[in-house]
Amino acid sequence: MPKRVAFFPTCVVDAVAPGVGVAAVRQLRRYDCEVEVPRGVTCCGQPAWNAGQVEAAAAVAATTLAALDAAEVEIIVVPAGSCATMIRVFWPELFHLSGDAEKSRRARELGARVKEFSELIAAQKPLAANAGARAEATVYHHSCHMLRELGIEEQPEEVLRRAGVECRPSASRGRCCGFGGLFSVKLPEASVAMADEILDAAVAAGAREVVSCDSSCLLHLSGRAARREIDLRFRHLAEVLEERA
Amino acid sequence: MSGTQPIRGTTLRERTAKAAVDDRLRTSLRHATDTFGERMADARAGLGDPEGMRRLARSVKADVLRRLPEVLSRLADQVQARGGSVCWASTAAEANAYVTAVAARIGARHVVKSKSMASEEIDLNGALEAAGCEVTETDLGEWIIQLARETPSHIIVPAIHRDRGQIAEVLSRVAGGELADVPEELAAFARQRLREKFLAADLGVSGVNFGIAETGTCVLVTNEGNGRLVTALPRVHVALMGMERVLDDWDQLDLFLALLPRAATGQALTTYTSFITGPRGAGEVDGPDEFHLVILDNGRSEVLGSEFSEMLACIRCGACLNVCPVYRQVGGHAYGWVYSGPMGAVLTPLLLDTREAEELSQASTLCGACWQVCPVGIPLQDLLLGLRRRAADHSGRMERAGWRAWAAAWSRPAAYRASLRAGGAVRGLASMGVSFGGWGAGRELPELPRQGFRDLWEKGKV
Repeated sequence: MPKRVAFFPTCVVDAVAPGVGVAAVRQLRRYDCEVEVPRGVTCCGQPAWNAGQVEAAAAVAATTLAALDAAEVEIIVVPAGSCATMIRVFWPELFHLSGDAEKSRRARELGARVKEFSELIAAQKPLAANAGARAEATVYHHSCHMLRELGIEEQPEEVLRRAGVECRPSASRGRCCGFGGLFSVKLPEASVAMADEILDAAVAAGAREVVSCDSSCLLHLSGRAARREIDLRFRHLAEVLEERA
Repeated sequence: MSGTQPIRGTTLRERTAKAAVDDRLRTSLRHATDTFGERMADARAGLGDPEGMRRLARSVKADVLRRLPEVLSRLADQVQARGGSVCWASTAAEANAYVTAVAARIGARHVVKSKSMASEEIDLNGALEAAGCEVTETDLGEWIIQLARETPSHIIVPAIHRDRGQIAEVLSRVAGGELADVPEELAAFARQRLREKFLAADLGVSGVNFGIAETGTCVLVTNEGNGRLVTALPRVHVALMGMERVLDDWDQLDLFLALLPRAATGQALTTYTSFITGPRGAGEVDGPDEFHLVILDNGRSEVLGSEFSEMLACIRCGACLNVCPVYRQVGGHAYGWVYSGPMGAVLTPLLLDTREAEELSQASTLCGACWQVCPVGIPLQDLLLGLRRRAADHSGRMERAGWRAWAAAWSRPAAYRASLRAGGAVRGLASMGVSFGGWGAGRELPELPRQGFRDLWEKGKV
């Protein structure tokens, strides 16, 4: 683990799931890591990017790029697979399309230092898990960008297993939950039907808890489960680890 | 049902909403796409180096597309050298006019067809029927939807949306008596009825899976044997080929024949693979008197050389439909035209270029499952994103103003924080013309925390 890292909370964690950010930062500190949250970060620009709105996306991404770039750290930690993907995979293309070659170059350089939270934790020596904390039977939900664009597949479940969590196989493993940003409100009926498959598969797997590395997927899934009165808990991987630490 | 006047009067939201609550449809879709998806994965695993083959296929296609006019003209020369005729159709209307003229010249009354998505695209059946021909689809799935007056809901499994009971209902109407919903009995009935059509037909119409420029050969990949009857029994055979479906030679075909059936149905080889090189030659016993190849452009030239040209590498295997989490819930008809799933969501706006079609780029979460299984590695999610950028240029004033306001606020940290405190993240998005009623209809909204992460951080509470 590097001595110092910058933590980019992301807008979703900042606005809707601050507990995820708190848990992630505390986890990093358990590795004796000094955590900095750069002033001036806002959002990675993904909502606009996925809507095809290049200018709006570039304006917002440029703000966060400047703030992250100013932090003198080796590693930037992001507690969201899809935002980490936005920075690592799509920022260079975004700035290229907006006609800013210099920012595109800087984004490429910065992207190489960006780590998704579970990816970074998986690469560390495991901390001793608190064997006393009760572990629920869990289904891990892969978020799509993290799985397919970043290729982070085994690490989250590996991290959970090391912490003593029982991960059960789901029949919907690797399938999109139907959040998809604005997709969830533009085509809500399809979006909800997609969530139902993930939820039904988790219940069928005997899970009590669904864990993911993207709060946005979890908000969508938990919102649907609440409406259907399905008895499942939804937590970010960082929260599970912090509870068991 | 017309294939050329699609997507009128309904929105994507309306079509997907209707489909997503049709439990019978979703059960059929999940069962069928799961089965195909599993077979595909097994078949792919049987290849020595699937990734390497996919890379090679992608580069072969890209290379052929770069030289497309030259490769096509070689194909046409070879077809003609072997006694076939070639029609270069710029539009659907030109292709339809050519085929109906052939039918009229030979006095064709009965036309049999093997499955062809290109013919669905141009609504060839409609044109032939308007010209007084009786047209019979002879692929079982296609026949079922023809009888039901529907368009295909899957590019290789056109009746995927119907379960066996619903198929029995359709065929019972034709039989004039009740047929049991037993697959073997239904197939036996279809075989007997279709055999009469084959014997009566004057004209056979097929699609083309691959054209081989080297020898002027049209390759058909089928499972039911109907393709062979359509192309060999009637006096005249017309093959309709999208202009991007050409390969240079048999070496390339070797690669693509290893990929297509595996991706489509999970087979190492389909039951029938037909190679058709011109009409019946001197001394040959089988084959038609005349062979015609219609090379269809219908908007493809516009795609060639554009940022979307990789879409022309598509070999119509349907693998992307089978793994698409959206298609799985809503089926093919929700896409509104003849092509569906991820490939349809990309191809339809490219070929139709209407506002209604443009909306299809929204029919995806950009999850990338399609790209992952595409045997030629088309980055479908990137193309969908590109189409969203193109659509954004036409977006309404309200929507653009909404994004500008969002960008103005969220590119200034102080304004960003103020907007979060005011619950503005949610309200900001709502102002972009997005109805949050959509969220609340099926889901609870999250409880917004009193303090955001940044507030906690600055107060030293983290």
